[in-house]
Amino acid sequence: MKCHHCDNQATVHLTQILNGQMHKMDLCESCAQEKGVTNPENLSIGNLMEQDGADEDSISGSMVCETCGTTHQDFKKGGRLGCEACYHVFRPVLDPLLDGMHAGIRHQGKIPAGSKSRVDFEQSIELIRKELQEAVEREDFEKAAELRDKLHDMENDAKTMA
Amino acid sequence: MFHDLFNSPSKGRKLPKSIPVTLSTRIRLARNLREYPFPGRAETSQKRAVLTKCMEALSDVKGLNDSFSVEVDDLSELDRQILVEKHLISPELSQVEEGSGIVLSEDRNCCIMINEEDHLRIQVLRPGLDFGSVWKVADALDTGIESAISYAYDGELGFLTACPTNLGTGMRASAMMHLPGLVMSKNMDKVINAVNQLGIAVRGLFGEGSDANGSIFQISNQQTLGESETAIIDRLDNTLKNIVRQENFAREKLLQDDGVRLTDKMSRAIGNLKTCYLIQSSEAMDCLSLVRLASDFGMLPEKYRSLADRMFIEVQPGHVQLSAGKPVEAGFRDSLRAELLRKEFLRAPQIDPSPSAG
Repeated sequence: MKCHHCDNQATVHLTQILNGQMHKMDLCESCAQEKGVTNPENLSIGNLMEQDGADEDSISGSMVCETCGTTHQDFKKGGRLGCEACYHVFRPVLDPLLDGMHAGIRHQGKIPAGSKSRVDFEQSIELIRKELQEAVEREDFEKAAELRDKLHDMENDAKTMA
Repeated sequence: MFHDLFNSPSKGRKLPKSIPVTLSTRIRLARNLREYPFPGRAETSQKRAVLTKCMEALSDVKGLNDSFSVEVDDLSELDRQILVEKHLISPELSQVEEGSGIVLSEDRNCCIMINEEDHLRIQVLRPGLDFGSVWKVADALDTGIESAISYAYDGELGFLTACPTNLGTGMRASAMMHLPGLVMSKNMDKVINAVNQLGIAVRGLFGEGSDANGSIFQISNQQTLGESETAIIDRLDNTLKNIVRQENFAREKLLQDDGVRLTDKMSRAIGNLKTCYLIQSSEAMDCLSLVRLASDFGMLPEKYRSLADRMFIEVQPGHVQLSAGKPVEAGFRDSLRAELLRKEFLRAPQIDPSPSAG
């Protein structure tokens, strides 16, 4: 398991209940020292997370999910996201957390049959968008126009299906 | 009343076989519906809509035929407590105000919570250590439900859950382990530290923040993203088998080093259960734990292991009140609990300190 702050092996594992939620943090020996993790009695993961957040607050402080109204503060306080769309909105602050929390940051498990076609479709749209951008960059306008039409058709199809 | 379900044993059901060390295996899958906010962020009307949709979908799923469905707010306090003590629902779900539900399969091995922290928490449990078959059932149920409901799912992040700690597979696999050897030899902290390094968590009998009464621990995977379900299960299964070996080793060592003291403890525990007139649930749990241990050593007949397992649940406060048929205050519960235990252990034999098989 990697340290929450650097790439060293984490040897200090903190678990604390804050506002009824369990928080865990894994630190290496030197980061634990640096953060003053010497006395478990006085330790608060909340404070450690706040220390972390200080630099990034200028960017993430204004983050809010338009779909459900969850703010970055809500997420920091409760550790819960409010809806599917939150995962897009808070992705920048979520990725580093996921890295420390899980074995990897890409899903390797079950793919629900009903979502497979949707996920495949979304991935192929993403791929065409990327190809389109590359075509524009190398000024291959004929290819770009072709890709733009294809994208347009696919998006229209998706609307009719929905 | 919902708890009437549990008053009489279900017809044609054999009592599950009880084995040493591992009490039960469980898999829980967290799932959410697309287009609806997660329960913590949802309005009551949205929760109601999700509840109705899920209840309808679940009633058609294979494996849930003849299941019992109920809304949590239709349950009495006592009913809720009983379900928590049976580990069928979480303490969190038992506290919700409105718009949550429970679907319990006829064989009571599957229990689905609706609008707990996530829209759906699909749980499958079995006695003993058997992740293979539990995963098979959970996977099939999940696939069945998904044919009627569209899940919140992302190609990169997997199943989207209210808490990012459940992201990806949404799977929490766990086993309930009886580890008196490791507790008595003061090795439990070492085990907890070692398995934490492997991304595996150890908790008390009733989950997060609860005590490990009766030396019973819930051991589960911590990480849900970045590995397949089977990889997670395999690692957990290997770790649990290793813990079983460590536990057996600790037990043998305790018996070798100071067998008389251990035998004294087990024998006195049976004495307590046979003779008590007032007993709190924590003391009862500790005595039952020693009975289970004596049975594992072959010092008591095997049926006392099954009896201990049944009593671990029946001595809990809710169950004591269920058998009394009414809410009972704590002091009187201790007396009712003692009465139950005296009756159950009335004919328990003296322990055999040198069994032929152990």
